[in-house]
Amino acid sequence: MEFPIALMLVQDGITNGAIYALLALALVLVFAVTRVIFIPQGEFVAYGALTLAMLQAGTVPTTLWLLVGLGVAVTAVDGVPALRAGRPGRLLGVAGWNLAYPLGLAALLSILPLQSLPQLAQVALALAIVVPMGPQMYRLVYQPIASAPILILLIVSVAAHLTMVGMGLLFFGAEGQRTPAFSDAVLDLGPLMVPGQTLVIVAVSLTLIVALFQFFERTLYGKALRATAMNRVGARLMGISPSLAGKLTFFLAAFIGALSGVLIAPITTVYYDTGFLIALKGFVAAIIGGLGSYPLAALGALLVGQLESFSSFWASAYKEVIVFTLIIPVLLWRSLNSRHVEEEE
Amino acid sequence: MKFKRLVASVVMGALFSGAAWAQVKVGVVSSSTGPVAMVGIPQKNSVPLMPTKVGNLTVQYIPLDDGSDPTASVVAIKKLISEENVDAIIGPSGSPNAMGVIQFAAEAGVPLLAPVGTAAVVLPMDDKKKWVFKTTQNDQLIADALVGHMAKTGIKTVGFIGTSDPYGENWAKVFTESAGRKGIKVVATERFQRSDSSVTAQGLKVLMAKPDAVLIAAPGTPAVLPQITLYDQGYRGKVYQTHGAALPEFLKLGGKKVEGTVLAASLMLVLDQISDSHPSKKIALDYVNAYEKLNGSKPATFGGNVFDAGLLLKNAIPHAAAKGKPGTPAFRAALRDALEQTKDMPATQGVYNMTAADHSGFDERGRELIAVKDGKWTLIQ
Repeated sequence: MEFPIALMLVQDGITNGAIYALLALALVLVFAVTRVIFIPQGEFVAYGALTLAMLQAGTVPTTLWLLVGLGVAVTAVDGVPALRAGRPGRLLGVAGWNLAYPLGLAALLSILPLQSLPQLAQVALALAIVVPMGPQMYRLVYQPIASAPILILLIVSVAAHLTMVGMGLLFFGAEGQRTPAFSDAVLDLGPLMVPGQTLVIVAVSLTLIVALFQFFERTLYGKALRATAMNRVGARLMGISPSLAGKLTFFLAAFIGALSGVLIAPITTVYYDTGFLIALKGFVAAIIGGLGSYPLAALGALLVGQLESFSSFWASAYKEVIVFTLIIPVLLWRSLNSRHVEEEE
Repeated sequence: MKFKRLVASVVMGALFSGAAWAQVKVGVVSSSTGPVAMVGIPQKNSVPLMPTKVGNLTVQYIPLDDGSDPTASVVAIKKLISEENVDAIIGPSGSPNAMGVIQFAAEAGVPLLAPVGTAAVVLPMDDKKKWVFKTTQNDQLIADALVGHMAKTGIKTVGFIGTSDPYGENWAKVFTESAGRKGIKVVATERFQRSDSSVTAQGLKVLMAKPDAVLIAAPGTPAVLPQITLYDQGYRGKVYQTHGAALPEFLKLGGKKVEGTVLAASLMLVLDQISDSHPSKKIALDYVNAYEKLNGSKPATFGGNVFDAGLLLKNAIPHAAAKGKPGTPAFRAALRDALEQTKDMPATQGVYNMTAADHSGFDERGRELIAVKDGKWTLIQ
């Protein structure tokens, strides 16, 4: 193989690996804090990308109505007990976040000239629509069964995944979409031409990883999440609300997912069901990190990206087989090398 | 009061229409959800446009969704046969799905009109496949047209990028044979997945072989990604696509980067440029207009494949009705025989001429060479 070609493959692997790394981090985070294996992670990728595509086509994204619907459901679930307990302040808070926010967003979207907005504003709007679905989903789907065994949480995740894929087809239709690149610039490095979009993806991924690190190390909420991940009961005894930790985690997971979607939409065609396979590769990376270590998961993601890129070159028909088979030696090695910690039920 | 009576009569009508005599029942199985939904949705939407009255017989269509799952297709077909006692089945949408249901349709003796891409459902012909009729152009027919164009424009070497599914597999096989006969060499064969987010590596591998042209074989919009990747890698040679890429969305997603693409497909893409003497033009135009009126968008070719199945049945039902009553095995067997006798029947995709050996029945009137010019499909004269 010639050197420039190897370089291009490495670059392709890094671009994909950066996305897998983000998703792997989100999966590790969700599992550590809530013990949920978050299969619907990939759907946030597709929702983010396709919502942005709809905004850019000048239509009000249909996902907005899902946001409104979930908001109504959360208000009903949380508002009624608050009303019975005679806490109008709490009711107001619930309704504000779950009713006023989506409706306000709907009003804003119907006024704004969506098609002619700057790209960054469109991205912000797409995130504003998709990301709040994360915490709403936690409230409706996972919070009522927060203390259930991992297996039950996994089964519920599968159900949530299938529901979201089905709704995705309803919202976006069966055809795929692409969005324009964030940057048409090309960086010329001798034999290597690095497209601007690749730089954007790598830069955003790095920034986000550093920001997450700072968040967990330096802020109170970040520390609360870490405490919950280490010991749920202990954290609760210290006054950390498990439902707040769950919602915050899902907010971050949805944010990372939707942002990944926005990032890959210019380099590939995104379909309503594209997200699953991307998240699955993130999951392979998270497994390499034992579903517990952030740096190992990120390294694993880069490994998956490289493996994918080179196996597409050498044996394109067997690419997926090669990538997913990687999980077997990793699991073997991990089960031989790490001591077993049984999950306390 | 009047309204109530009206509602009551409509409800009664709906309840009893199922039991009405002298009625032909046709099951339609499409993948309107799941990974093949882009194929199945226009098919499902075409059902209301199909003929509901043939002579003095009414035709009732029973649409089912198989979620793109081959197992679900089998369940749907069995349900249609045993519970609804259908006289014919149109579907399913996907090639693997169709392969799985052939034996059940054959065992029950129900004609199956499959709007799928792979020729394997009717070739090689055997005792089971004689119940199957295919309403799409065989890959061979399209491949010959493309190879003909390549030979005429002096192309000697071709790189191939196809999906790793039955569609891409069959194209790799058919195209390599067809090209070989004209002395054109396939210098690289690469595969990708519909869901891949990058085909950079496959593109590089193909470009390393320095082909005169590249053929991309993928069903639906996934055909766009390899072509854009090649363009971004600096390839400016000729790119060929199969009839799988014959959709309006291909142009929308590809934009300037798919300019100059050559493909062969049914006339539906370039209706306005086809001469009025083409026997399919009026039928296809009427279908497209009716579809647009009903669904608000133009149909993809896949919808036309199902509509054609309806036309084939319309043509065959009178012959079958002379030999038996709908709902009986005699009627179904006669229907199969009549379908096989279809001669010179124009429909949206071309002109059908079925024989005992050829259950697809297209000739060169079923394909047009089309190029992308100024962002539009343009007929190559």
